[in-house]
Amino acid sequence: MAFIRQRSLAQKEAILGWLLVFPWLAGFVLLIAGPIIASLVLSLTAWDILRPPKFIGLTNFHDLLQPGSHFWQSIKVTTIYAFVSVPAHTVLALLVAILLNQKVKGLRLWRTLYYLPSVVSGVAVAFLWQWVYDADFGLANWVLWTLFHIEGPAWLVDPHWALPALIIMDIWTFGAPMVIFLASLQGVPEELHEAAQIDGAGAVRRFFSVTLPLITPVVLFNVTLGLIAALQMFTQAYIITNGGPGNATLTTMLYLYQNAFQNLRMGYASAIAWLLFLYIMALTLLVFWSSRHWVYYQSSTDRKGEQ
Amino acid sequence: MAQARSLSASELSQSPARSRSLSGRLARLGSRAVLYAVIVIGAIFCLLPFTWQLSTALKTARDALTFPPIWIPNPIQWGNFAASMTIPGLPFGTFFANTIIITTLALTGNMVAAPIVAYSLARLRWPGRNQVFALVLATIMLPQQVTIIPQFILFKYFGWVNTFIPLILPAWLGGGAFNVFLFRQFFLTLPVDLDEAAKIDGASTLTILWRITLPLSMPAVATVTVFSFVFHWNDFFAPLIYLSDQRLFTVSLALTLIVQQTNSQLPQWDLLMAASLIVMAPVLVLFFFAQRYFVRGIVLSGIRG
Repeated sequence: MAFIRQRSLAQKEAILGWLLVFPWLAGFVLLIAGPIIASLVLSLTAWDILRPPKFIGLTNFHDLLQPGSHFWQSIKVTTIYAFVSVPAHTVLALLVAILLNQKVKGLRLWRTLYYLPSVVSGVAVAFLWQWVYDADFGLANWVLWTLFHIEGPAWLVDPHWALPALIIMDIWTFGAPMVIFLASLQGVPEELHEAAQIDGAGAVRRFFSVTLPLITPVVLFNVTLGLIAALQMFTQAYIITNGGPGNATLTTMLYLYQNAFQNLRMGYASAIAWLLFLYIMALTLLVFWSSRHWVYYQSSTDRKGEQ
Repeated sequence: MAQARSLSASELSQSPARSRSLSGRLARLGSRAVLYAVIVIGAIFCLLPFTWQLSTALKTARDALTFPPIWIPNPIQWGNFAASMTIPGLPFGTFFANTIIITTLALTGNMVAAPIVAYSLARLRWPGRNQVFALVLATIMLPQQVTIIPQFILFKYFGWVNTFIPLILPAWLGGGAFNVFLFRQFFLTLPVDLDEAAKIDGASTLTILWRITLPLSMPAVATVTVFSFVFHWNDFFAPLIYLSDQRLFTVSLALTLIVQQTNSQLPQWDLLMAASLIVMAPVLVLFFFAQRYFVRGIVLSGIRG
C-alpha cells in the first residue's frame, strides 16, 4: 500500500516536472532546434520568399567561399574585431578589477561608474560614438589633440581606422567581465597570499603564481561569452558605419542581414548563418579544448596528479 | 599582556623603527595616491563620452560644430530635449508607448515563465531532468544568429510580421535560457524545509513557488528584471526585422529616423544626442536603483557558470 502510494507520488512529481518545463521545451523546439535544422535546409535553396524555394544544392556555399568574396571579407572583419576586442577588454576588465580590489574607499561608487558604459547599449550608444568619432568636431580627436597634440584620423570614413574605432568602442564596455573578475578576486583566500608573501614573493609574482591560476575558470567564462558575442556583432556596424568605408567594417552578421532582409536572399543568407554558426562553434570548442592546458580547477588537482 | 610586551619591545628599538615606518608609511601613502589617481582617471574615461553627449545635447546645432569644443554651453539649450521629441512626423509619444508595451509584456513573460521552469529543474525529481538542464546550458552558449531567418519565416507564416507578437511571445515560452539558469542556481541555495512544510499543509507547487520561493529570491528577481528590461528596451535587431510600419516603431528604431529626417548629410547632433539621452534615461535610472542586486546577480551567474 505504502509502496504504491509512494510510486504514484513519484509519478505525479515526474508528470508535474515535465509539465512545468514544457513551455521552455516548446520554445526550444519551435524557436531554436527547429530553426537550426530549417536554416540548414534553406541554405541549399534559392529563395526570395515571394516565389517557392528552389533547390540548388551547395551553390550558395560554393559562391560564398569563392576567394575574394564579400563573405571572406566579412569573416576577416569579424575575426579581427573579435580577436582584438575580446582579449583587450578581458585584460582591461581584469586590471580594473585588481585596482578596485585594493581595499579602495567607495568601492560601490567606482564599480557603478566603471559599469555604467556596459548598461547602456544599442542604438543610442552607437549614435553617441558616431559623434565621438566625428573627424572635425568629435571627442576622440579632441582628446588626442589635448593630451598628445596629435591630429587624429578621420576615423569612420578612413578604411584603416573604422574597424579600430569600433574595437575601441567595444573595449569601453568592459563592465560585465570586470564585475565577475572582482567577485572572483574577492574569493581568493587571504592565507594563500600571506603564505606566498612569507615565502618572499612580490606583488607581481603573487598575482601570477597565486591569484591568476585561481581565477582561470572565470577567465575562460569571460573569454567564451565575449567571443560568442563579438562574433555576432551587428548594431554598431549597422548604425555607425553600415559596413563601410569600402566594406572595412562589414561584419558577417551585417552581411547576413543585408542578404536576408534587404535583398531577400533567404537561402544565401541561411548559408551565411550556417557558416558563421560553424565558425563560432569551432572557435568556442578550440577555446574549451585549449582550456585544459591553462585552466586550473581547485577540485581537480588530485585527478591531475593521476593523469 | 602580550600587547603591552610587544609595545614596549617596539619602544626599545624606537628610533630606527620610527624612521623606517615613516618612510614606509610615506611610500604606502604615495602608492595609495597613485592608486586613487589611476582609478579616478579611469572613471573619467568611462564617463567622458556621456559628458560629451550631455554637453552636445545642451548646445545649439552651430555650437556643436566647433573645435575645440565648448564644454559648457552658453546659453544652455534645455529646449533641445523637448525639440528632439517633437520633430514633425516623428511621434515620439507613440514610440515610447510601443517600447513600453513591448518591454512590459516581454518582461512579464520572462518573470512568469522562467521561475516555473527553474523550479521544476531545481526542486522536482523527474527522469530526463539533467538532460533538459544540459539543453538549457547549451542554449545559453548557442549563437542565436543561426535561428533568425527560420524564426522570421515562421512568424511571417503566422501573419505576425508587423505586430509586437514576435518581440513578446519568445519571452513567454520558457522565459529565456539564461534567466532559467539564474533562477535555478538561486533556488538551489534556498532550504527545502519551507517547501516541504508548505506541501504538508496542502499547498500546490505553484503556490509554493509564488508564495515562498520567489519572495525569498529577491536578488535573482531583481537581476532578471534589470537584465530583461535592459535587453528588451535596447533591443534593435528584432524590431528592425519585424516592424516596418513606422507607427509601430520602438524608440531605438525611431532614433534612426531622426538621422533621416534632417535634410543635410550629417545628422543634427544636438537633437540626436538629446533624444538618445532620453532613450537611455530609463535604463540608467533603473540601473542606479537596482545596481546592488544587479551586481550580485551577475556575480551569481558568472561564478557558478
